[in-house]
Amino acid sequence: MALLLEVQDLHIAYCSRAKKVSALDGISFDVRPGETLGVLGESGSGKSTLASALLRLLPGNAEIQYGAVLFEGLDLLRVESRALERIRGARIALIFQEPSLALHPTLRIGEQISDVLASHQALSRQALREKTLRILEEVFPVEPARIANSYPHQLSGGQQQRVLIAQAIACGPSLIVADEPTASLDPTTQKEVLSLFQALREKFNLSLILITHNPALLTGLADRVLVLYAGRIAEIGPTEEVLTFPQHPYTRALLECLPGRHDEQATGSKPMLPIISGEAPNLAALAGGCRFESRCEGRMELCIQREPAAVAVSEAHEVSCFKYGG
Amino acid sequence: MKRLLVVENLEKRYEDLGETGTQEVLALQGVSFSIERHSMLALVGESGSGKSTLALCVACLERPTSGSIQFNGHEITALDRKQLRAMRPKIQMVFQDPARSLNPRFCALEIVGEPLLVQGRLGKREREDRARMLLAQVGISQEKALQTTAEFSGGQRQRLAIARALALEPELLILDEALSALDCSVQAKIANLLLELQSSLGLTYLFITHDLTMAAHLADKIAVMEQGRIVEQGVAGKVLRTPDHEVTRRLIAATPRMAAAAYVPQAV
Repeated sequence: MALLLEVQDLHIAYCSRAKKVSALDGISFDVRPGETLGVLGESGSGKSTLASALLRLLPGNAEIQYGAVLFEGLDLLRVESRALERIRGARIALIFQEPSLALHPTLRIGEQISDVLASHQALSRQALREKTLRILEEVFPVEPARIANSYPHQLSGGQQQRVLIAQAIACGPSLIVADEPTASLDPTTQKEVLSLFQALREKFNLSLILITHNPALLTGLADRVLVLYAGRIAEIGPTEEVLTFPQHPYTRALLECLPGRHDEQATGSKPMLPIISGEAPNLAALAGGCRFESRCEGRMELCIQREPAAVAVSEAHEVSCFKYGG
Repeated sequence: MKRLLVVENLEKRYEDLGETGTQEVLALQGVSFSIERHSMLALVGESGSGKSTLALCVACLERPTSGSIQFNGHEITALDRKQLRAMRPKIQMVFQDPARSLNPRFCALEIVGEPLLVQGRLGKREREDRARMLLAQVGISQEKALQTTAEFSGGQRQRLAIARALALEPELLILDEALSALDCSVQAKIANLLLELQSSLGLTYLFITHDLTMAAHLADKIAVMEQGRIVEQGVAGKVLRTPDHEVTRRLIAATPRMAAAAYVPQAV
């Protein structure tokens, strides 16, 4: 099957006068049409840098050092800005983390959807209004007109997130990148929003890159999971395989520290959760070996000498760890 | 006395200036529960169900419209300013987002020592010593004592927030979504810290959360809220295994069932 998105050996660093800090170091992966890829990573793993890089929305102090982001065959990192404008927001849409911050506080919702449409399509006012309502209907089947007339503060967090989704699908994209889209929502609303993603994905044959720190969200939603640690891919493979039989020591340790898997005793002693000792490495001062080495329980001599390369452990499952060759 | 906190028939009304004139909003109605000393009660429910309003009432930061809150056997809903000032150290809060609840211009020592300063306890020297001890208690190394919060990671900032809450030796700690902004691996560390502090200091917790799995892990009892009422409460394991109320069932159903839960650590 043809690839929709192909990220090749991406290196991004943040520069200040004094130093360069590498945020992403040799990231390669692809996304097929209609596929959902979960990106699992903790603070500082580079997951938000990755989201911004895919749409070339990096802040000014970020430097793309190497690599390519091929979208439908076009390198987004090198394409001229007018061509990029036609893709960004129309063919690839980005959904940000905090819905209350991503919406304009003093514009009605309808206007905020029309703005997206108007910047990519030449439509009459009448057509614009109709299309806005049709799009809102996809995410608010019951009362699209009332929502269109509301201001963001009149909506709940879940409703605001739906508006962002409406903006994202407005121009019929083939890829949506969502950065922690449900982090601020309660479980019921979170589930509703995730099912909405699922429904829209099937309806429009969308590809989705779902970025999160919570492995639990990816079960049943993502086809594959990419585990990011300190700017490198630790492990990538089919969701069920990675979450049920994690191979990289980091993925294992991360899944082990989730509550609710060890004890189900009714009362009495509350056992401590397993933890990953230490903290993520300082990306400004990397020693040169495997980035998880200092926290890894299975570390070997080799691990401090160089960084492991990705090794295939099964057909679609790759792990960057010397235990598997590297 | 076994019960540290007893809340009876609590009600809180707000006046809402909406488009259609002033409306009354019942944020809490008929809320009754108690927390035993050295235990944890988890308060769960959807957004807007009244969890935070309840926490604010218990922390004496909001006055309930009616009902009773007894702390250590004393009624705390109708205290005057002076009495409140004496009361507040006993009940402390830790908020969701440490990045926003800590002063970015203060160093760790100042953050942790500030409650002592506000309450006029201890001299400058003793205050600093006590602050250093608190930092050690939450696992922050002494070299970091003079750094500002920008130099701390999310988990370390939450440790600072906890240290600050402990400064006045509270008996009840209210944790308002105190783990939800943190990474999973950091949540585990802070959850462990909470358990350690509970046994070493004999703390009692009111834990407000969206995370049922964490509530099941940490809490002794769970209370489920909807529209300002507690619709179900009881022993944590029992409520989650055999929920009676529809809201509880809905919350459980919405908690992502984990394929990860099937992963059992194996010898390598």
